[in-house]
Amino acid sequence: MSENVFEVDHLGLYYLGRFGDKTHAVTDVSFSMKQGEILGIAGESGCGKSTLVSGLMGMCIPPLYPESGDVRVKNGDKMESLMNRDIEDVRANVLAQQVSMIPQGAFNALNPVRKIKDIAADVLKAHARPGEKQDAKQIYDRVYAHFDRIGMDTKRVLNSFPINLTAGERQRCVIAISTILLPKMVIADEPTSALDVSTQKEVIKMIFDLLDKGIFQSMIFITHELPLLYHVADNIAIMYAGEIVEKGTAEQVVKDPRHPYTQALMGAMLSTEASQRGRHPVAIEGAPPSLKNKIVGCRFAPRCSKACPDCKKNTQNLRIVGDRDVRCDYAK
Amino acid sequence: MQSDKPIVFSAKRISKDFGAGKSLKTAVKDVSFDIYDEEFISIVGGSGCGKSVLAKIMLGLYQPTRGQFLYRDKPIKNLKDHWNEVQSVFQDPFGCFNQFFTIRSQLEDALNILKDKPSKEEVRRRVDEGLKAVNVAPADIEGKYPFELSGGQMQRMLLARIFALRPKVLIADEATSMVDACVRANILDYLRKLKDELKMTVVFVTHDIGLANYVSDRIFIMHDGKIVNQGTPAEVLDNTNEPHTLRLLDDIPEVHKTEWIKNSHRSKK
Ligand SMILES: Nc1ncnc2c1ncn2[C@@H]1O[C@H](COP(=O)(O)OP(=O)(O)OP(=O)(O)O)[C@@H](O)[C@H]1O
Ligand SMILES: Nc1ncnc2c1ncn2[C@@H]1O[C@H](COP(=O)(O)OP(=O)(O)O)[C@@H](O)[C@H]1O
Ligand code: SF4
Ligand SMILES: [Mg+2]
Ligand SMILES: [Mg+2]
Repeated sequence: MSENVFEVDHLGLYYLGRFGDKTHAVTDVSFSMKQGEILGIAGESGCGKSTLVSGLMGMCIPPLYPESGDVRVKNGDKMESLMNRDIEDVRANVLAQQVSMIPQGAFNALNPVRKIKDIAADVLKAHARPGEKQDAKQIYDRVYAHFDRIGMDTKRVLNSFPINLTAGERQRCVIAISTILLPKMVIADEPTSALDVSTQKEVIKMIFDLLDKGIFQSMIFITHELPLLYHVADNIAIMYAGEIVEKGTAEQVVKDPRHPYTQALMGAMLSTEASQRGRHPVAIEGAPPSLKNKIVGCRFAPRCSKACPDCKKNTQNLRIVGDRDVRCDYAK
Repeated sequence: MQSDKPIVFSAKRISKDFGAGKSLKTAVKDVSFDIYDEEFISIVGGSGCGKSVLAKIMLGLYQPTRGQFLYRDKPIKNLKDHWNEVQSVFQDPFGCFNQFFTIRSQLEDALNILKDKPSKEEVRRRVDEGLKAVNVAPADIEGKYPFELSGGQMQRMLLARIFALRPKVLIADEATSMVDACVRANILDYLRKLKDELKMTVVFVTHDIGLANYVSDRIFIMHDGKIVNQGTPAEVLDNTNEPHTLRLLDDIPEVHKTEWIKNSHRSKK
């Protein structure tokens, strides 16, 4: 059995509001990952996915603060904590070689006045090891070699400004740049959500190609598209209102969901099949709870079709149901 | 559909050019269609195929370079009058809200463009209704500014605005690309309801052919500026040979597909 490369223990994160109020965007998130694993995290907008990503990277930048828990990354032969450390220290000593992030919407945020090769070179320069001298030629050679290895049209793409590339090309560049330091693991926040289905498939193909080539080994893939995760991820965690409510293999979670929220998500799926036409996907009424106040009882209770009076009183903890974790006392 | 309803939009061989000479780009190429009152039309295609340009022509933001485009039998002249009846939800939710005002005040302000201005209480009530329609508790956005919401939440704010405005014609461009399945189903249900109750005409622009299958009376498939396939969902999707439609169907990751993509990574284990 391979050892863990990433561990998250009871992580809680909050945003501090202008009036001292707190939004508890992530609560009690725990999981671990083995080398080579693709973990998918899905949940509706505002459920805390991007916030979680900041926490996983140890990047709690005000107004975001850690509330509880720990995040550990394998560094050499030990697990190293990212919490309560200087962000620059984490960035330089752990993240550069171990974990890289593809931020949501990054491909629309590339510096418009710099060519792709310069943006990539900047990343290499910023992460030069202390004392390491690299001349410009060496740096640009590394940029070319990396883009070439992952099958990009180096001549054209590297000499382009972001605006002259399509959204799909820009996203492929972002992925190339994010992996240029050869991290062990990549955390991708909605890398394909803003792309059309054909471009999305191209980007997924590229990601699998990078995995095949061993450019990185493990990945956390965040999206709100559960069907996409079904095809991409080994394991899937479903988030609701800041918590993980179900976690299991892709097959278990998608084909045989046990938490009422996951079941509702699957029931709301749209499809191109003729048999589905005119069928009304069952939308869940109501909204997720406000994360400002302390929530008593199950967070899904106000919208759950299976809720009973106790659900509103008892806080739900993850427990094993049908071989996977489910946060519902009544799931079977 | 040969409808007996009046025609809302009529396009006769319209094209739209941008630039000239070497940099000439024809975004819409010789496109013709009629859209009838109370129809739900989906325009589906990949990035850059011309969907948004077509949507902007319908909104009067662009004039076609060639061909004839009519709204209820007349060319679009006065934009203010046009927008009193035709409203839009566009891609990029952040671009549509001013970062310096609260969401609530901007939603309420939107109602001020209407010719018959509703009363203050009515404005509040309609904004609340709009928020509920997109599954957001009004208390949750009270006092909040756009930068305090996630991307999907902002997209819902745009839809809330539409629900409050109740236009005769709605042009929705990628209105649900950033929300999850439940919210999407909710929004579609609500659009359907609005359409039935207000007898609204909806033009829905999307990448997602599955969504179009569920919701539309007719689907237009676009590719490279042209409409390459059109008809009812059954006509367009079932047993089609049209290659661009097939590609769109192929590339959508659906759970019932056994191998959407070759996942060599997973099979290694
Ligand atoms: N103002 C403009 N000037 C020049 N070219 C334009 C302009 N607007 C659009 N285009 C070009 O017209 C084509 C169609 O663009 P459009 O934005 O309509 O595509 P789309 O189908 O909406 O794509 P997406 O799904 O990515 O939004 C593209 O090649 C685009 O680059
Ligand atoms: N800068 C911020 N200040 C206050 N609240 C925020 C901020 N950014 C996000 N939030 C809140 O945190 C929650 C999670 O947001 P986010 O992680 O961006 O969601 P998503 O799952 O769509 O990525 C939401 O309730 C959102 O409104
Ligand atoms: S604990 Fe109760 S309300 Fe919560 S998901 Fe389970 S059945 Fe539904
Ligand atoms: Mg996000
Ligand atoms: Mg568009």
